[in-house]
Amino acid sequence: MAEPIASHGWDRRKFLATGSRGAAAAALGGLAAWRAARAIADDTVWQIDPLKCVQCGNCATRCVLTPSAVKCVHAYSVCGHCRLCFGYFQPETAHLQEGAENQLCPTGALRRRFIEEPYYQYTIDEPLCTGCAKCVKGCTTFGNGSLFLQVRHDRCVNCNECSIARSCPSDAFVRRPASHPYILKQLPTA
Amino acid sequence: MAPAKPHRLLIAAASIVAMAQQALAELRFPQPDFESGYTPPATSVPPPRSLAWEVVDVGVLGVALALAAWLVLKRRSRLGVIYLTAACLGYFGFFRKGCVCPIGSIQNITAGLCDPSFAVPLTVVAFFALPLAAALIFGRVFCAGVCPLGAIQDLVAVHPVRVPEPIAEALGSLRYVYLAAAILLTSLGAGFLICRYDPFVAFFRMDGKLPMLLYGAALLLLGVFVARPYCRFLCPYGVLLGWLSRLSWRHASVTPAQCIQCRLCEHSCPFDAIRFPAPAPSLASLERGRKELVFLLLLLPVLVAGGAWLGHATSRNLAGLHPTVSLSRRIQLEADVPETPTTKATDAFRTSGRTAPELHADARAIEAHFATRAAVAGALLAFLLGLKLMALTRRPARSDYETDRSLCLSCARCFRFCPVRPGGEVPPEFLTMGNKDNA
Repeated sequence: MAEPIASHGWDRRKFLATGSRGAAAAALGGLAAWRAARAIADDTVWQIDPLKCVQCGNCATRCVLTPSAVKCVHAYSVCGHCRLCFGYFQPETAHLQEGAENQLCPTGALRRRFIEEPYYQYTIDEPLCTGCAKCVKGCTTFGNGSLFLQVRHDRCVNCNECSIARSCPSDAFVRRPASHPYILKQLPTA
Repeated sequence: MAPAKPHRLLIAAASIVAMAQQALAELRFPQPDFESGYTPPATSVPPPRSLAWEVVDVGVLGVALALAAWLVLKRRSRLGVIYLTAACLGYFGFFRKGCVCPIGSIQNITAGLCDPSFAVPLTVVAFFALPLAAALIFGRVFCAGVCPLGAIQDLVAVHPVRVPEPIAEALGSLRYVYLAAAILLTSLGAGFLICRYDPFVAFFRMDGKLPMLLYGAALLLLGVFVARPYCRFLCPYGVLLGWLSRLSWRHASVTPAQCIQCRLCEHSCPFDAIRFPAPAPSLASLERGRKELVFLLLLLPVLVAGGAWLGHATSRNLAGLHPTVSLSRRIQLEADVPETPTTKATDAFRTSGRTAPELHADARAIEAHFATRAAVAGALLAFLLGLKLMALTRRPARSDYETDRSLCLSCARCFRFCPVRPGGEVPPEFLTMGNKDNA
């Protein structure tokens, strides 16, 4: 081997350069291959586990978007359709009327519609919702907990590190496979 | 089952458990039987806005890298690079809002290596590896025209001034510290430092917190005079790109053929990445260099020990960035000083059912990890500093104007200054050059 090396003008410097280049390529390829073998094809997105959420209010203020990508959603099948809704009315409300002064929601995003005596349907006007979790706190504390927060993926920009997740006091933010991006509440199975 | 599989299974199992968990134990107010035939609607679940885009992103990244390499190495076209820069700024920056980027993907890869349950999508692996592979072949063409953070700075670099070399070198070593800190924090689950302090993502999203907007604006303002300050003094990914670019197979050169030493390119590089010709060192200077090298070799263990000590000494502060450690410290503070107001985190902890001693034990364990890993990181950084100092003792002879392969961003600015044509012919007015009389 010594003869061809000399004739091709190989010297120590060139040998070292080629050797390190090969080593770097091998290391890079190895890392990528090893990682790719363990990687998942499905991407991940952020979501809130509603059972861990403590309704602290960070979701409204810590998102990189204004207003937040987190909004209140409603699991209608879990809702009691109460006339006195603890997510809808201020705690000390004397008359159960829809006046703004009686409502808990600061932006009037929670609407209600009469169905039949004594039941009401509650819906969320998402463009108005800021994700402040006031209604969620009321509903979870005194009601069925059918109102809860979720990251709305039509808005979420899927930051590499979610800035709400970083400040979430109860570790309620989790990465979910993008094919199952929501954690919804369901009726008791038993 | 092959060892590669548990990961996917884990996620599948976790999602089944997660779905099942949400079935509530019992309703306080049972679902009414409606007489009017009302049936509750289903909860709306808008799909993620960007699933297919992730794959498109990788494709665009690959094409942009190939295009950048072709424009720089084959066409030698600065104008082409400018168009590519603007296009990539528009696509990766403003359209895709800057996530995931190769710079941030360092952390995803680190987290994936340190925590097997951390899912790293293939697209993220591609985002991490493609620019590095390109750097190993063609140099830092990713920096030249693809990186949105580089692009936004490149377009404002209208009046670059020369940064004195020692200052540039000293500031440039911040990148290593930043990289080490980011890897250290990610490896212990203390969050993604690089993303948290990404100066330009707030511009891309046209929304952000005031301090970050001010930080980004300050960097851009500085960037008018000091070209691409983030890339040169902070970018942690630039460290990896620089290492691989140093070994690159084909790298951009100032001149397309033979350098005629016309000196026209001397001030063309806004990043001071052009190395000037240097005469062969005198015997005395070689001797001095050799003595310095011996001294530095003897000093190296001291440097490394000092680095390890410094890392160990800062580990307590670094550990404070970990959520568990900071929560434990706050709980301790609230217990020790009665009038301390509680925080949302401590309130949530008290409702979680875990006890303070458990939390403190977890925090101690994490702090111990921080202490060892910060010491290792400090020692490594000190070792790199030692190598850097040793490199300074070398006095290589250089006959032509050459690019510094690790610093050169392949931006193609210097090409316009070289009068030599790609075929090697030299315009007549430069023919007298090539002799050494012009110095």
